[in-house]
Amino acid sequence: MSCKHARFVSIACTARLPSCGTLEYEDRFVKRHWNVPIWAGFAIVIVALVSYIPIFAQFPVTRDVPWADYLLFLLGGGLIAVGVKRAFQNPEHYRGKISGSILAVLSVLLLGIFVGSILYLAKQIPSAERALHTGQLAPPFVLQDIAGKQVASSELLKRHRAVVMVFYRGYW
Amino acid sequence: MRGFEQYLSEFHDRGVEVVAISVDSPAESQKLCQSRGYSFPFLSDPNAQVIRQYGVLHPKGGEDDKDIARPAEFLVDTTGTIRWVNLTDDIRVRARPEAVLEAISRLGG
Repeated sequence: MSCKHARFVSIACTARLPSCGTLEYEDRFVKRHWNVPIWAGFAIVIVALVSYIPIFAQFPVTRDVPWADYLLFLLGGGLIAVGVKRAFQNPEHYRGKISGSILAVLSVLLLGIFVGSILYLAKQIPSAERALHTGQLAPPFVLQDIAGKQVASSELLKRHRAVVMVFYRGYW
Repeated sequence: MRGFEQYLSEFHDRGVEVVAISVDSPAESQKLCQSRGYSFPFLSDPNAQVIRQYGVLHPKGGEDDKDIARPAEFLVDTTGTIRWVNLTDDIRVRARPEAVLEAISRLGG
């Protein structure tokens, strides 16, 4: 790809400026490859961060321990590491010394945000010591359903063998 | 919620109803049910009165410091007795429907 670019530049250069003194410099400049692993890795890190709620949290297997996201972070981080390493070892061939370093730091921050949300934010709920427990009587209730109809727990229990009551935070 | 919907026919086959309870208004819950395809009853407890009685209040847990419910699941038998409870300490981790079905099969009768 870089060869094609180099040729394109030299043709353009000679066409417009017959005595193009910067040709050699342009050739060298254009020959530096885009450091693809850095950008691919960063894209995977972004996917790792944003995929949890819409995808992996929907399935208990990937929800309770978010291993799929950790795996993506690992993959993305590995690619960025490969890219940054070659940018520093081989700067005349690969770009990415600066962009790679910035994206590497950003990725670490994003991983921190993710782990912090999982290990800390998600656990910010009050203790359940006041909750009713097994063997106690469930307080009867009458509540409105989505159609505005009154639903009595006593009616539900009369018509069923048991009722599962799922309390949830709501989607405010 | 999604899990309960998936296993809903198994609950119904065993004569068990599933209901969801939150402080959301009926209109809000209707929107949720429509968009996610939930077909079991969603009940509205806007003042968190029932939520408080069951001891699962999360004071100021919602938007604008609104009192909401903490996630919890209760299995109540026909005599009104609580037979199984799941109280998570993590918003993300809820009861798996399989665990509730297992508790139902231990109810006997």
